[in-house]
Amino acid sequence: MSSADASSATTATDDRQQALLEDLTTRLGDAVVGSHLRSGDLWVRVRPDAWLRAARECRAMSFDYFCYLSGIDWLPHTWPNPKVIEGVAPDADDEAALPADENFVEDTEPEAPAPGDGITTGFAGGDTRFQVLARLYSTVRHIGVTLKADLDDEVPRIESWITEYPGADWCERETWEMFGFDFVGHPNLIHLYLPGEFEGFPLRKDFPLLAREVKPWPGLVDVEPMPEVPGADGDAPPSEAGA
Amino acid sequence: MAVADQQRISYISSQAADVRLNVELQTEEMTLNLGPQHPATHGTLRIIARLDGEQVVKADVVCGYMHRGYEKLTEVRTYPQVTTLINRIDWLSSFANEVPFILAAEDLMEVEAPPRAQWIRTLFFELSRIANITLFIGEMGVQLGAITPVFFAFRDREYVLNLIESATGGRFHPNFDRIGGIKDDLPKGWIAETKDAMRRIRGYCDELETLLMGNEIFEARTRGVGVIPADVGLSYGLSGANIRASGVDWDLRRDAPSPLAWKELDWKVWTHPDGDSFARYWVRLQETREATLMVDQLLDGLPSGPIQAKVPRIIKVPAGEAWAHTENPLGEMGYYIVSQGGLGPFRCKIRSASFHNVSITPWLLKGVYVPDIITILSSLYFILGDIDR
Repeated sequence: MSSADASSATTATDDRQQALLEDLTTRLGDAVVGSHLRSGDLWVRVRPDAWLRAARECRAMSFDYFCYLSGIDWLPHTWPNPKVIEGVAPDADDEAALPADENFVEDTEPEAPAPGDGITTGFAGGDTRFQVLARLYSTVRHIGVTLKADLDDEVPRIESWITEYPGADWCERETWEMFGFDFVGHPNLIHLYLPGEFEGFPLRKDFPLLAREVKPWPGLVDVEPMPEVPGADGDAPPSEAGA
Repeated sequence: MAVADQQRISYISSQAADVRLNVELQTEEMTLNLGPQHPATHGTLRIIARLDGEQVVKADVVCGYMHRGYEKLTEVRTYPQVTTLINRIDWLSSFANEVPFILAAEDLMEVEAPPRAQWIRTLFFELSRIANITLFIGEMGVQLGAITPVFFAFRDREYVLNLIESATGGRFHPNFDRIGGIKDDLPKGWIAETKDAMRRIRGYCDELETLLMGNEIFEARTRGVGVIPADVGLSYGLSGANIRASGVDWDLRRDAPSPLAWKELDWKVWTHPDGDSFARYWVRLQETREATLMVDQLLDGLPSGPIQAKVPRIIKVPAGEAWAHTENPLGEMGYYIVSQGGLGPFRCKIRSASFHNVSITPWLLKGVYVPDIITILSSLYFILGDIDR
């Protein structure tokens, strides 16, 4: 939502990216609802109804290479996340002993989203739970852009890019089965990876990872004691038995 | 663009000849199932081809037999643990998979590895390229009935794998890259051994160039077959040698800003204007030879110094989003990491090269003959783990 966040002002922004952003904004008008510049990379969030138009304009701006298309579910993790299980999370003494710069270890704890604490969206902002994102690159100008668009929480639906970039075909099929996004205009939305009778959308955050439900966290629960090695002193390796 | 026009003309004329033939010999359509187990698929890929006589009318590619859900699994792992997973994406060049992920994490943490670490990273990156592509160069012959090249390939690839093993401890899955540096320095005597191995690989490339490329059958089966025009290839997301063989002069090692040492080296990006199976083979062979020369330069110019930057023992990555991509042996590989300040990624989109390289096959296989399906698939060169992730 905010344009060129002040938080990222520390990194040098590339002039070419700035020019590209201005060009896109003039072409798309008020369809550009958010943008972010960081270390030479550009994020642009467009209105969902302008998703296909954005692709068309990018194509006209010599973005000839289709990099990928995917989605994000911004809901915080709901299954027991091993990253916050006690014992795995670092304790304060551990960090104090580290000879590292303080800015890596300090500021992360308060920012980590607590379960049920609403939605924290990333660069270029966002108003809804689901976002579709795609990256395009120009092999002529050697510049790339990541486009994002918000999707409705209840009925995530957006236009397909298949007419502009045929490479979006498989990506949209993958995103459809993994996130449940509907791509209007895609002629063949069938499963790509998952078996046909699969139910649910695995990459949504509320889809439980069954392996973790069955066995909480390998490394915490199934650690066996080291076996006693007979010749641990080094003078009697076991292989000598057959000699 | 003159090149693209030429490609299109050759493609259209070959299609027109086929149509003339078909009018005379129209037959009932039949379905041919290839795979999931077929040597040309490097794993389990299934192709359902509708045939009219011997020509493919429509080809559907079915993948997912080996989908492992890495994008979901990364969400329950810490950053150092993720490298173990992503080693298995393109298993023939595992180290090259680790690098873009580490670069993305380093980008968010604003850490930079010291120069020696960057050079050793580049070194192993190119070694895994050689280990990967030597196999392709030999394997392409097998698809055309020539058995010898693949024995040469396995023989000479072993030298490179031994080098990787002696330095990292892992033949296939080194898991050697760390945030802020690499795990270990090079062992004693390694540099001389590597130079020796690079000489062997260059000899292998020369052998194959004379053995295969001059071969009449090989040329007949690959020239003008599976032509991809540059603009079509790009819009399908083709990258790497596949798109350079269509005349697009684009290599991320040269064209993208990267902390790795490619900019310090003297090397050439190889392209071929034809866009057919032969061109793809030719470009890959030249790239392998170029990579051996790059390894020699890397060994000569290896800077001294530390191999690890100062990072916390428990890696936490500040909130933000980062995209890092590199020119992997199979094409562009990238990771889009969304961090919310935790110990592991909140979301990690893995952009693997083969997935996009293979997504063009339904378009590309239209109108080709049954035996050409195999050579075209083989010339596109994919690794199943890189499609199915």
